[in-house]
Amino acid sequence: MNHFLIAPVVLPALVAPFIIMVVRHHMDLTRIFSLASTVLLVAISLVLAAQASTGEVQVYELGNWSAPFGIVLVLDRLSALMVLLTSVLALIINLYVIGSGWDKRGANFHALFQFQLMGIIGAFLTGDAFNLFVFFEVLLIASYGLMIHSGGTRRFQAGVQYVVYNLLGSTLFLFALGTLYSVTGTLNMADLAVRVAEIPAEDTALLRVGAVMLLLVFAIKAAVIPLHFWLPASYANAPLPIAALFAIMTKVGAYAILRMYTLVFGPDVASTEGLAGAWLMPAALVTLMIGAIGVLGSYRVGRLVAFGAITSMGTLLTAIALFSPEGVAAALYYTLHSTLAAAFLFLVADLVSERQGIEITAQRLMPQSGLIAVLFFTGAIAMAGMPPLSGFLGKLLVLDAARDHDLVWWIWGTILIGSLITILGMARAGSLLFWKSHSIRETDGPQETQPYEEEANEQDELQQRPRPAALPFVACFALLSGLILLTVFAGPASHYAEATAAQLFAPEIYIKAVLGKVTP
Amino acid sequence: MGFLNIEFLVASAVGLLTAAGIYLILRRRTFPVILGLSLLTYGVNIFLFATGRLMVDAPPILNKYAEVPYTDPLPQALVLTAIVISFGMTAVVVMIALAAYLSARDDKIDMPHHPEDEGEDA
Repeated sequence: MNHFLIAPVVLPALVAPFIIMVVRHHMDLTRIFSLASTVLLVAISLVLAAQASTGEVQVYELGNWSAPFGIVLVLDRLSALMVLLTSVLALIINLYVIGSGWDKRGANFHALFQFQLMGIIGAFLTGDAFNLFVFFEVLLIASYGLMIHSGGTRRFQAGVQYVVYNLLGSTLFLFALGTLYSVTGTLNMADLAVRVAEIPAEDTALLRVGAVMLLLVFAIKAAVIPLHFWLPASYANAPLPIAALFAIMTKVGAYAILRMYTLVFGPDVASTEGLAGAWLMPAALVTLMIGAIGVLGSYRVGRLVAFGAITSMGTLLTAIALFSPEGVAAALYYTLHSTLAAAFLFLVADLVSERQGIEITAQRLMPQSGLIAVLFFTGAIAMAGMPPLSGFLGKLLVLDAARDHDLVWWIWGTILIGSLITILGMARAGSLLFWKSHSIRETDGPQETQPYEEEANEQDELQQRPRPAALPFVACFALLSGLILLTVFAGPASHYAEATAAQLFAPEIYIKAVLGKVTP
Repeated sequence: MGFLNIEFLVASAVGLLTAAGIYLILRRRTFPVILGLSLLTYGVNIFLFATGRLMVDAPPILNKYAEVPYTDPLPQALVLTAIVISFGMTAVVVMIALAAYLSARDDKIDMPHHPEDEGEDA
């Protein structure tokens, strides 16, 4: 048994309480421990990714209870990839947050950040459906704290909506798990897969109900229409670097859909065959379109990027809903790209809103306007899927994978028109923010008449703050170089994605690795 | 009174709690919404408890010396976890709702509409 497998969960779980209990009053020490933990996390996930890339599925039995009686952590290519993506993103965002001083604006930022990482990574590694619920709760409760970090009326109000919506999601998750347990008598994913395949098709009414409820839960997390309502308000009102971290949270939903509906309710299972794909595909296409229209209609930078994130979730889920090896491979490549791109744009949005407030209007020229404009431009290209960045390649892969699907013209049409609308929306925002401001001189610029009290306060804070540090730009360029690397090494990346998809569509290996000791 | 068996009672309790919970979460103020969430979590806890089938007078322990009825212990462990989590989550949502109420002097669950917000959700 490879004990190293649990390290990425244990490390943040130990560092977070240490930060709260020991170094809480020393900002520098807090930052050092948080950053060191994140760096270590990247190293651990690199090792895990290297181990998983051999194609072997590794299992860690918690407390040495063998599956299906105990909880297991499972490392396969998909988990390793997602853990690596999470830790790299976390490191970059941690740098940004430290550089921009966001972590000083409220209590216990770094502890919550570590707990958040623990929840996300745990959700990617676990092989038990109820444990998935527990890790969802861990990541959610940390995200509640992060979402309202540094306070403000609008943030609290958005926070209430976010928490209530997610608590409803959690309740639904429990109902779904209860239904599945009452039919199969197990919650271990591999064991579920075995039992579900054994149930005769005419006895599966309750099972199908459970499967659809579970799909709904994950769709809430992945912000699929019509369950996306929580996303724009929460992401736009959360501190924007946190929203950048949340870019991986919607992917947790997509990951869970991918895992459950290839492993447990796979394409070969007669009773639930085509169930997820049939519902998910139209929903994903509508999500894509609504997100694109939202980008065009946004009047605040946070909402702009939030809707951009919804668009990319739509594209990602379209690829997943194909439920073919090519589709999943395209989805995985696009996951890497869209997480980095959304996080990148959220950070750029934060650079903008730190300097001139959250509205997309032409105002006096902000400091470093040129540099930020370049970053916004590249980010917009990446998110909209224009060449030469990886978004283009990702969308091309998705389009190619959809070639044999029944709805191919719908898929192609939606993705292409959606991209066009996204480009228009980004161009509109970019020209308002960066070009129109050139025509406004220092004296006759519109005075900041902010309609909300706390925004006025933010403006006051803004003027008192010292000159911005270089670290936020380092973080932005790190994300940008991630996108460029993903473009340059698109070949190896998509080969890995194909190998991962092949592994997902051969669930026997996973099941054998988990249950090997129980079934002869 | 043949229908007043334990299954009927538990099922109707789950149904009532869930129905009342859903009614309350559709209210516009945070307090009833939080109450609704609590009722929903009670409902789901009882539901989870019943997923291991309902047994009366049976311990959740296997007896290796005698063939006595036993009840499934796993749902009880699941319920315990779910209770702890929902308890913590309710505390968090109460605190955040309180913060929102105190800073906005208003406990409506909708975000206030900005003059420019016309037609947007928020």
